[in-house]
Amino acid sequence: MTGKQRKFKVTKTIQGINDRIRSGDVVVVNAEEMIDIVKNEGAAEAARRIDVVTTGTFAPMCSSGAFINFGHGKPTIKASRVWLNNVPAYGGVAAVDCYLGATEPCEDDPLNKVWPGEFNYGGGHVIQDLLAGKKIHLRAEGYGTSCYPSRSLEKEVTLKGLPMATLCNPRNGYQNYNCAVNLSKKTIYTYMGTLKPGAANANYCSAGQLSPLFNDPLYRTIGLGTRIFLGGGQGFVTWHGTQHNPKAKRTEKGVPVSPAGTLWVMGDLKQMSPKWLMGVSIRGYGCSLAVGLGVPIPVLNEEIAAFTGISDEDLFTQVVDYSSDYPNGTGKTLGQVSYAQLKSGSIQLGKKTVPTVPLSSMVRAREIAEMLKQWIVKGRFFLGEPQAPLPG
Amino acid sequence: MKQVRTVLFFPPESVEEPVTYHLISDHGLRVNILRARIDPGKQGRMVVDLEGDDSQLAAGLNYLERIGVEVKPLTTEIRHMEETCTACTACIPHCPTGALSVDRDDSWAVAFEPEKCILCLSCMEVCIYGAMVLGEE
Repeated sequence: MTGKQRKFKVTKTIQGINDRIRSGDVVVVNAEEMIDIVKNEGAAEAARRIDVVTTGTFAPMCSSGAFINFGHGKPTIKASRVWLNNVPAYGGVAAVDCYLGATEPCEDDPLNKVWPGEFNYGGGHVIQDLLAGKKIHLRAEGYGTSCYPSRSLEKEVTLKGLPMATLCNPRNGYQNYNCAVNLSKKTIYTYMGTLKPGAANANYCSAGQLSPLFNDPLYRTIGLGTRIFLGGGQGFVTWHGTQHNPKAKRTEKGVPVSPAGTLWVMGDLKQMSPKWLMGVSIRGYGCSLAVGLGVPIPVLNEEIAAFTGISDEDLFTQVVDYSSDYPNGTGKTLGQVSYAQLKSGSIQLGKKTVPTVPLSSMVRAREIAEMLKQWIVKGRFFLGEPQAPLPG
Repeated sequence: MKQVRTVLFFPPESVEEPVTYHLISDHGLRVNILRARIDPGKQGRMVVDLEGDDSQLAAGLNYLERIGVEVKPLTTEIRHMEETCTACTACIPHCPTGALSVDRDDSWAVAFEPEKCILCLSCMEVCIYGAMVLGEE
């Protein structure tokens, strides 16, 4: 799409691959299976033989939420303040439209008054409860107008009964993320989890070789209109995500060594499942939503085949001190480590061996890549033709 | 010597009985209390390691049965909800005994071995999904 006008040995089109999905001839592998295929057969042969590589990731992704239209009662209301199970939603959208953010805690939450707070229920949990078919208590207040005279509204809503509910996540699928440690002398509670003092544990958050944007590092195929696995349903990449930073430093294979690209994604919440959108309570930090996301990469040529053959040994990130450098924005890092090292269960930090864990679920990332593969093979999922590239 | 880790459930009528004293002095058992909770007028529960030879343990357990204390496995005290666990593995470095472990070489699945658990509850504090649950179903 945005590649240099190089002459490739293999050239395919998304339209051509969709024809093969339709005829049942499409060949799909997941991003882990692709590693050995490229290694053993070479990128050109892999591009010839494989049509689509599926990726997956499942992790807490702040910057998620849902637009909800809850319909008018009689008399009508211009709901300027809205709560769902006592979690405030933003009502300044339209009369009965609101946006429920994943990180919004419920209104009577004690937050961090008793340190560290538990944050038991928030926007992400409301989304999961809606998906589980539970009744949600909706409360709204309006100031009254000629056309919308009602001042208050209370009702029980279910996902099925809502006129419309759209998951709209302004930033998901981060292409790489920090590995967090705590160099201070006391435990800290961060969005990267509970970090013990003296760098006693290190938390990272990426599916590595299965992660969507690691497999299309220069955004050759993923763009506005790419159809994706989102929360168990089918959604779309609708824009580049907030904080999208294509200028991050990269290796010679094109993969960034620090947080870089991001995706803005949307989809019909009614198609989704509570298994793939889970409310989370991060101690001392707040509420959020764990999101299941999978992106199919069309193998249009040998360059893309080579990109999708990337493995954890060739993917790197920075170790960052979340007790001081991160909150103070110093930009300092404690060193670079590979995802192969991180996934081994420990890294070396100076003379210290530090245990590592991914907050991103490898089990679920694999399950998503596999589900997406099956959808495509069975002709239930067609590739979206990007209408514009992500900024590169 | 044998060691049994178990949960003792006390009916309301036996919560004032000095059970631990009798287990130690009458039956010669070594008792290590890991966790105890007694609600006044309600059922109490205590997680203990009982250590002794076979006849001491049998006599001790017999005594507990006689006074109406139920002896249940540790899984009635803390459970790993496999459906809710996403295997994010955040709990692993916080578990001091290795009761929670992950198979990094292959499946990345998280396993819970209750017999190694000392109920420090560190896992519950760091689990963002609420996959470690205290108490009975």
